[in-house]
Amino acid sequence: MKKTALNAWHRAAGAVMVEFGGWDMPVSYSTLSEEHRAVRAAAGLFDISHMGQIFVEGPAALAFLQKVTTNDVAALTPGRMQYSLLPAADGTLVDDIVVGRLPDQGGTEGPGYLVVVNAANATGDLAWLKAHAAPFNGDLRIRHDDSAAMIALQGPLSQAILQTLVPEALDALAYYHLCHASVAGRPVILSRSGYTGEDGFEICCQGAHASEIWETLMTRGAASKIQPIGLGARNTLRLEMAYPLYGHEIDRSIHPLEAGLGWVVKMAKGEFIGRSALEKAAAQPMRRRLAGFEMLGRGVARDGYPVLDAQGGRIGTVTSASPSPSLNKNIGLAYVPEASAAPGSEIFIDVRGKGVEARVVKTPFVPPHVRKNK
Amino acid sequence: MPAPSDRQYTQSHEWIKIDAPGSATVGLSDFAVKAIKDIVFLELPAKGAKLQALKPFGVIESVKAVFDLFAPASGVVADANTAMQEDFETLSKDPYGKGWLLKLSLSTDPLPPLMDSVAYDKFCAESHH
Repeated sequence: MKKTALNAWHRAAGAVMVEFGGWDMPVSYSTLSEEHRAVRAAAGLFDISHMGQIFVEGPAALAFLQKVTTNDVAALTPGRMQYSLLPAADGTLVDDIVVGRLPDQGGTEGPGYLVVVNAANATGDLAWLKAHAAPFNGDLRIRHDDSAAMIALQGPLSQAILQTLVPEALDALAYYHLCHASVAGRPVILSRSGYTGEDGFEICCQGAHASEIWETLMTRGAASKIQPIGLGARNTLRLEMAYPLYGHEIDRSIHPLEAGLGWVVKMAKGEFIGRSALEKAAAQPMRRRLAGFEMLGRGVARDGYPVLDAQGGRIGTVTSASPSPSLNKNIGLAYVPEASAAPGSEIFIDVRGKGVEARVVKTPFVPPHVRKNK
Repeated sequence: MPAPSDRQYTQSHEWIKIDAPGSATVGLSDFAVKAIKDIVFLELPAKGAKLQALKPFGVIESVKAVFDLFAPASGVVADANTAMQEDFETLSKDPYGKGWLLKLSLSTDPLPPLMDSVAYDKFCAESHH
């Protein structure tokens, strides 16, 4: 199992550790609910070094990324980021990713991009990208830095805490923008982004600097009641936002329109992998759709539970579900037929053999508080 | 908290206390409720349900996960402390007292192999993580 640069810190803090995507990661330090609420009310620090950081550079970087992703990479001016997808030829998904265009270095190298990918997919993604890079030969450099670290600071007090360590004016950094910065004197790629629905930042740094940056943030955030946050709360925070998680809402059997991700598929940009399959899919009636639901009856829905109709017939599957610490309700996401996907629809969740009533609701379940760009 | 010495324990962290010949109280250990932490759901069997030793009789859930509850003995449910299905605080704070789960009318089967409190505390210390 791979260990992040912060592994010893997590263990010393008494975290419960689990294997996730091939990495030994903290699932919780105190309790999941407490960590969840700390991020919604104050600030939380996440070790997300398991996420893959792939740098794509060279004169052909733009053309290459246009071909392998669904979003329009040409829209990325220096310092901008976008959520995107790596589609397969059949329109299903190899991964979901964030692509950021690095600030221009002023040379003749062409643009540089940082592609952040899921931990469990990092090795496969790298092979996938390299396999599709062949036609671009020497004009493209793809490198994966496995020793790099990534730390997320999330919550309404994030900016106030981070500003004490960063000379750059953070207020000028907009949502889904990145910049080169220094945190505690160490060089980082800093972005205003995250996976919680709160305002916050993600910090890419060298593995050797991770402990120093982490501990400094913990110290500076102490008065603001900053807490370290494990993968358990990371999951409930993203579920309340209905953000997809690869392997749950999306995988090699689901296409982005079913997942509600049509907004990151830009047909107008030109040719890309999976484009013709997705055009065909868009022209056909939707077989199923991802819907949010809340439990009305007594019972907690969980990942993989069957979704039933009023007669007890199976109509779908829960992809992610949990008690929501913010709402004190049991919520979830599920693939259901189009006819049952509208908010207000009555569905049933098969909880250990018993059909428990649930209702389709609008997502996100909790209003997001990310920074609104002017 | 050391396990009370007036009862016996399963490897799945249930306790059973023989109250009188043929009748017993069943609950979950302090170690278990502390390990589960965020309890959000408890499902107990109804009165009259037949339990089989070391087979699941109910479910307890945290925010993160679902855990089966296993019967420390065979018998019939004489009473279930259904108040605990809504009162996780009492269950967490007093699992050996007010947080009991079931009263059982024991079958005539012998009890399965169980641990006394000393063996159980040692078992918990060794399985600690």
